This record gives sequence, C-alpha cells and structure tokens, in this order.
Amino acid sequence: MTEPTDLPRIILVPVGSVNPRLLEFLILTLPDTFKMPCTLGPPLLDVSQAYSLVRQQYYSTELLARLLTLNQHATTKILGVTEVDLFIPILTFVFGEAQLNGPAAIISAHRLRQSFYGLPEDEALLLERCQKEALHELGHTFGLVHCQSFECVMHRSHSVEQVDLKRNSFCPMCAQTLAHNRLTLR
Amino acid sequence: MTKRPISILIVDDEPIVRESLQNWFREENYLVDVAASGKEALDKLTRQTWDLFLLDIKMPGMDGLELQRKIKQIHPSATIIIMTAYASVETAVEAMKQGAYDYLVKPFDPDDLERIVHKAVEHAQLLSENRQLRDKIEEMSRFHQIIGQSASMRRVLEQVSLVAASDTTVLIRGESGTGKELIARAIHANSARRYMPIVIVNCGALAEGVLESELFGHEKGAFTGAQYRRKGKFEMADGGTLFLDEIGDISLKTQVDLLRVLEDKTIYRVGGNTPIPVDFRLVAATNKNLEALVAEQKFREDLYYRLNVFSIALPPLRERREDIPLLAEHFLRQFAQNMNKPIHGFATDAMHMLCQYDWPGNVRELQNAIERAVLVCKGSTIEPSDLPFQVNNGPSPVPGQSLADMERHHILRVLQQTGWNISQSARLLGIDRVTLYNKIKRYHLRREPT
Repeated sequence: MTEPTDLPRIILVPVGSVNPRLLEFLILTLPDTFKMPCTLGPPLLDVSQAYSLVRQQYYSTELLARLLTLNQHATTKILGVTEVDLFIPILTFVFGEAQLNGPAAIISAHRLRQSFYGLPEDEALLLERCQKEALHELGHTFGLVHCQSFECVMHRSHSVEQVDLKRNSFCPMCAQTLAHNRLTLR
Repeated sequence: MTKRPISILIVDDEPIVRESLQNWFREENYLVDVAASGKEALDKLTRQTWDLFLLDIKMPGMDGLELQRKIKQIHPSATIIIMTAYASVETAVEAMKQGAYDYLVKPFDPDDLERIVHKAVEHAQLLSENRQLRDKIEEMSRFHQIIGQSASMRRVLEQVSLVAASDTTVLIRGESGTGKELIARAIHANSARRYMPIVIVNCGALAEGVLESELFGHEKGAFTGAQYRRKGKFEMADGGTLFLDEIGDISLKTQVDLLRVLEDKTIYRVGGNTPIPVDFRLVAATNKNLEALVAEQKFREDLYYRLNVFSIALPPLRERREDIPLLAEHFLRQFAQNMNKPIHGFATDAMHMLCQYDWPGNVRELQNAIERAVLVCKGSTIEPSDLPFQVNNGPSPVPGQSLADMERHHILRVLQQTGWNISQSARLLGIDRVTLYNKIKRYHLRREPT
C-alpha cells in the first residue's frame, strides 16, 4: 500500500546551505504544535537568482515563488529554511515571509544568530528563535494575522529582542483560530 | 465608542511596493486598498475615504506632493505618510511642511514602519473620534431633542437662541415634566462653553447638608465619613454651565452661600480655607412660584433678582396641544426602535385620546405613556387599549375643584391602574418615588382591599 501523500503535512526545505541541527530541531518540534507530520524535502540549493547585488541580500519573495513550485498538494505546507539574509523591496530586511492562507513560507536564521550582533554564538537561543519564526510564518499560512498579545508567537517582531519576548506558542485566541483553520485543510 | 478597523490607501506606481505593503498591512488586520497613480487614488476618493494614506513621492503624472494637496482639499484632516527614496528626503520634508503626518525612506526599516504607522493610526483615530464628538455636540446644539412647532415653543426656542450666546444667568420656569433640563442643555449646547461640561444638580432631591457638600465639595476629614477630598459641582462646572434644578427648594442657608458664590465667583470647600476661583454660567429652574416664596420670606429677594436676569417660561403640554402628535410620534419611533417592535403609528382613536388628555405630568408623562403603550402593544399600531388611561371613562375635571384635589385624584387613579406599583406609578407620574410616598402620605391615600 502506498503512503497517502494528500494528508496534511509540513515539508521542510533547506534553501542554500543550512545547519542540519536546525532542520532536525524543527522536524522534531513543529508537529507538536501543528498536529501534523513534518518531513524533510529536497533542498533548494541554487539561490543565486534571488540575490540582489545592490542590496547584497536575497529577495525572499523570489525564493517563496520557487518554493511554491514544489508544492503539489493543497493540504501541504512548505517551509523554506535558510541562513542567507532576506529582504523584500520595501523593507531593509525580513526574518521571514509567508503567504497568508497560502501553502508556502520561508524563514532565515541569518539575523537570529547572536554572532550577527557581535555576540558569542548561542545555539540553544538560535534554535528557539528559529522555532518561533517558523511557528509565526506557518501561522500566516494557516490564515493567522498578527496578534496584539506581545507574548503570542503571532506578535510581529522586527528585532531579536522582540522575538525573545514572545513565547514559542500561540495565545488561546490564535490557537483556537489555528485549530479551526487546520480542520478545513482535511 | 467601538473601534472599527483602520482603513489605509496605498498609492505607488511600483506594483511590488503596493503588493508588499498590502501584505504587510493585511497581516496587521488593517483594511487596505491600493492605487497605482494619483488619478486612480482621486477617483477612488470620490466613492469612499480612508483613515490613513501612504503616498509615494515620485510617480509619473501626478506626484505625491500634488496628490497630497488634492487629498487635503477634499479631507483637510486626512492623515498622510509620504514614502520616498533617500535621494528625495528634502521633498519629503517639504511634504511635511504642507501637512503630511510623517515620512518613510525606502527601503523602510521594519521598526520605523511599524512605529510611524502605529503613531499615524493613533492620530487618525483621535481625529476621527474628535470629529464624531464635535458632530454630536453640533447636532445637540441645533435643538435636536426639542420637539415642538407650536407658537409658544417657537417663542421659547427664540429666547434660547437669544440668551445662549451671552453668559447671562437664566431662570427656566415651568411645571414638572415640561422639559426644563432639555432647555438648559440647549442653552449650554448653543453657548461658547459647549465644549466644556454641563453639570446638573437636582437641589430638591438632596438634604441641606448633602447639597452643601455636593455643591462646594469637601476636604478630607471635614465631617464624619469624609475620607477623601472631593470636588464639588461648582468646581466640576468650571469653564462650563451649572444647572441647578428645583432651585426653589434650597434652604435659606444654601441661598446665602449660593449668592456669595455668584458675587465672588470663588468657593471654599466644606472644611477648607483655601479660596478656589470658579468660572461657570448658571442656569436655574423651578416649578415653584418664586415671587410668592419671596413674599413669604422663604426665598431671598436678592438671590431672586440675581437668578431672574433672563427668564424663560415653558408652557405646559395642555397649552400646546398641537405638539402632542409630533411628540407622540417621536417617542413611538424611539421606543419601538429600542424595544425592537415593528409599530408604525397610532390608531386614529388613540391619537385622539392623546390629544384630548390633559397631561398633568406634561411631556414626561406623555413619554412614559408611549413607553408603556409600546411595551403592551401587540399589533403594528398603538390602539386606545394600549394607552395607560381612558379619556372617556376616566374622571373628568370638575369645575371648581382645587388643584390639590385634582392631583389627589390623578395620583389615586394612576396607583389603581398600576395595582399600587410605586415605581411604575412614579414613572408614569413623572416624579420620583420619595415624592410619590410624600404625596400618598399628604393625601392620605390608601389601597382599598380587593
């Protein structure tokens, strides 16, 4: 019997070169929150098309578009994970980008590392920050908008300090919306 | 005030900017619309408006500065954020001089974008609330709640218009339920003090000691139970209007105190020694014959003259019967809407009864009667049986009967009608329960055993 591939699931796609420990950590933790399996997909190694010489950053919307081509099932969510610095034209940088109610999202660990701010590396903190951003961007793909509660993972964050302030979970209101929207996937 | 979602119009010729910003604002739960040019924005503006505008400076055809000028011509208080590239920061500064709220330099730092938009949204919300409050005040100032086309009411409204603009003390006279408070509010709403408070004190409802503390306030420890310093009504009305209802009921001592305040425009809190300057316009009202009280030395003559600078006499409802249908229809609409009942009007007989009845409780009694009728009405029109009185079957006034006899009779009739429900009777009569108890006692009214 073949495995039913149209069941709701999250596929993690490494974009460029990504620390395997980060991917393992997300594969381990994301199913707890979203109540669906999370598997590793084929990597997207060539990211050169999204590189901007002027900005010296990678255009996240371009990467998101390439991730979208990988998604063949309406019930699948694709989360791209990268270590390159992401931007969109109107903003100086983004921690990640997602399609509201869409199938794909991407996060970057680049500005979540302590070393980016001239501080000693802290892997545990990096994993926690990446987990929060992954929950946040995937939350958007399930139709969640930004939350007013500063502790909710759906609160908008523009700095690592704001990421650290959030919990790695959804507030009761967002959790309820998420549960409802997840059901409609089935 | 319930807060509705903030609406934003983004105007930029670059599709990528429009799309990115639209996504950003949607994630924040704003209502977003976009326009690719100044012309498209102005077209959209003819159909609706937005709380906040984000305009790009450099656009082919109409640039952001010109668009800002045109938006400001249509909506002078529009909140506008200008978007610009580094090269044209000077233009953005120019836009701010012309009334833009702030500017953002592309590409935006995410933190700046959130901070500036958040501040601008707060600004737009405050402007919107301010506009709503001012509209409400303006609406009130047009005698919105005073209904009447009779010659006597038109005369009253002319007097209100005449006196409102000045700071003159006004004495409103009229029977209970004729709308003295409404007239006081209209005077305030049409005066230069309308954006300041109107403070209302029912002097008849308060015992002398309580009234003194209410009016003057008190210092902590001024008397047993005065645990905190408290401002009095004179202070609360500072800059606005003080309305003293039932002025004929205040004691001689309070009359002296009031006179002193009117002379000095200064008060002392009970238990305090510090003079506090107060600036208020006084409007007083009474249903008593103040001249008779002066003659009986129950009311100070000097205070009487101080109050009676400009007097407005409100006619009783029985003397302006042509206003009854207007008032009745107004109250019907109001209560039918409040109670969510599809009642569209009065049966001819019912309206005839309303116009024939003598209304000793005046407009307040009419209002209560319509409220009850709407409550009990089962059809789409108010029928005679829905009204709380029977003009034809009820006792007619007997020539030669005294006012007190008529009052006794009327109170008894209402009590019987409500099954001696004191609260309901008081409401129908347009008086408070204490006054009704006093009248029951004074007239020796008793409930007959059934």
